[in-house]
Amino acid sequence: MSLAIETTDLVKVYRSGQTENRAVDGVDLAVGSGGIHGVLGPNGAGKTTTIRMLATLTVPTAGEARVLGYDVVREAPEVRARVAMTGQFASLDEDLTGFENLVLLARLYGYSRTAARDRAAELLEAFDLSASAGKQVKAYSGGMRRRIDIAGSIVVRPELMFLDEPTTGLDPRSRNQVWAIVRALVGAGTTILLTTQYLEEADQLADRISVIDHGRVIAEGTSGELKASVGSGALTVRVADPARRTEVAALLTESLGAPADLGSDPASLSMRVDDPTAVAGALARVGDHGVRISEYALGQPSLDEVFLALTGRPADDQDHQDQQKETVA
Amino acid sequence: MSTVQAAPPRTETDKVLAALGSSERPAPAGPLSSSLTFGWRALLKIKHVPEQLFDVTMFPVMFTVMFTFVFGGAISGTPGEYLQYALPGILVQTVVFITMYTAMTINTDIEKGVFDRIRSLPVWRPSLLVGALLGDSLRYLMASTVVVVVGVAIGYRAPGGLLGIVAAVAVLVAFCFSMSWLWLILGLKLRTPNAVMGAAMMILFPLTFVSSVFAPPETMPGWLRAFVEVNPVSLLVEAARGLMDGVPDAGDITLVLVLAVAITAVFSPIALRLYNRAS
Ligand SMILES: Nc1ncnc2c1ncn2[C@@H]1O[C@H](COP(=O)(O)OP(=O)(O)OP(=O)(O)O)[C@@H](O)[C@H]1O
Ligand SMILES: [Mg+2]
Repeated sequence: MSLAIETTDLVKVYRSGQTENRAVDGVDLAVGSGGIHGVLGPNGAGKTTTIRMLATLTVPTAGEARVLGYDVVREAPEVRARVAMTGQFASLDEDLTGFENLVLLARLYGYSRTAARDRAAELLEAFDLSASAGKQVKAYSGGMRRRIDIAGSIVVRPELMFLDEPTTGLDPRSRNQVWAIVRALVGAGTTILLTTQYLEEADQLADRISVIDHGRVIAEGTSGELKASVGSGALTVRVADPARRTEVAALLTESLGAPADLGSDPASLSMRVDDPTAVAGALARVGDHGVRISEYALGQPSLDEVFLALTGRPADDQDHQDQQKETVA
Repeated sequence: MSTVQAAPPRTETDKVLAALGSSERPAPAGPLSSSLTFGWRALLKIKHVPEQLFDVTMFPVMFTVMFTFVFGGAISGTPGEYLQYALPGILVQTVVFITMYTAMTINTDIEKGVFDRIRSLPVWRPSLLVGALLGDSLRYLMASTVVVVVGVAIGYRAPGGLLGIVAAVAVLVAFCFSMSWLWLILGLKLRTPNAVMGAAMMILFPLTFVSSVFAPPETMPGWLRAFVEVNPVSLLVEAARGLMDGVPDAGDITLVLVLAVAITAVFSPIALRLYNRAS
């Protein structure tokens, strides 16, 4: 299988005065054709900078990158003819209407005047934007902007598409719409490189995930592989009587050989489990001691836990945490 | 920790698939066509943000009327006489001032991400700049028309006739086109549109006011005159004034055009290089 994206030791340094900022500090990526590759990292990890180098928008300071077999520096026009880029922030002309923006892009892609208008109308229809075709993009909601932005990227079908944080700031409904669109594009054979700070998004969409932090890839694999690297799962237990929680924690630690994590909920605790088959026996032993367990669950670790294990700190900042909660509701 | 997720209606995915499937793949637009397309974008922007025409039309009117009636009597004896002297200068000043919007436009495009989108397209990269310059030239023409019409309405009569006016505007637009390359460099280099605005004011005020726009250099102290006489805006004003007064000075005109070509030759490669490597 040929690689859609291949980078070796890709580096981008931004200098301002004396300080130098290694925004991307030796990234190695190998992304196969077809499917979605996720690049997961917190704010400032270097996701956008990496994508901009791959899309030929900025020149690497060092290292090499090949996209669809072409060098991003020496063969930039070849790359541009085959990829589409949807930036982190809406990248259409806000003063123009949605329709005019798409006509503009279609004209640049070489459509004749009438064909460009037809294509623009067709895309607006497909992305549920026909009703707002004549409105200036500055009057669009966040979700509409995202959709028209993606529509602009498929005026001609790209072989490879870069999507930089496509759902940041969207409400759950708009996010689901964008996810559906992304899945449709992949279904039609486009390879997608998608960056996200949302662990859940990478989990849901990406076939493989590169976790990046401080400009470096710190882990790579399927979501399952990443989870497995942290331990095979997590056991969460709720006791009926919060007063007996520490007692249960001690019993479980004894049977399962892992420290218990007492959550902020006074009735619950959780712990890593390396051998899921031992769980039933351990819970039975708790019962033997006369403690009632009201609820328990054995699940895979979340990508949040993966990130914590890999970097020693939580994946993201407060406002993102809030957003994650919303989506669970 | 799976989320409850309403399955999107099937039709949504199907519609997107259909739109993808029907996409043909024409050859990307050539340099001329893409430049004209970007020029069309500039026209659309004028249509949607007519406020931007405000600067282009209100300032010239204000300047012309204000200078004529406030200073005219003091400088030349009567406002009417002063208008005859100052109008070519006001014309030049107005249009030279508008050139800074070239920097504002490109800087805003960078800030809004439009720049990234456009540079990721398989078209001749400078066409964005060429298209923008086409749009700017249109603005220069509109502003020139406004100044001349207002001037004539309050009593200006060009001894050089319509032909003199048209020739003066042509020289002016040619020179301003070359200045646009300098503005592009500034627009690409500075971080925010506000910084661009600040820098533009610092450059334009001395350049247009310390010139022969409003008063003959002979009336100024020696040290000031030294600057006024090497100021390219003075040269441009003299060339335009000659043409509009019906006494064209071939030397001045040639010098302006040579200067325009030289500025373009030196600064357009720098602007293009910055544009291509902008990060
Ligand atoms: N044009 C630039 N000039 C200087 N520094 C930059 C530039 N672009 C990015 N940086 C710096 O490079 C680092 C990586 O930024 P980048 O935008 O790639 O992160 P990111 O992973 O996309 O973050 P986010 O999730 O916030 O979008 C940051 O420290 C940022 O300040
Ligand atoms: Mg980013």
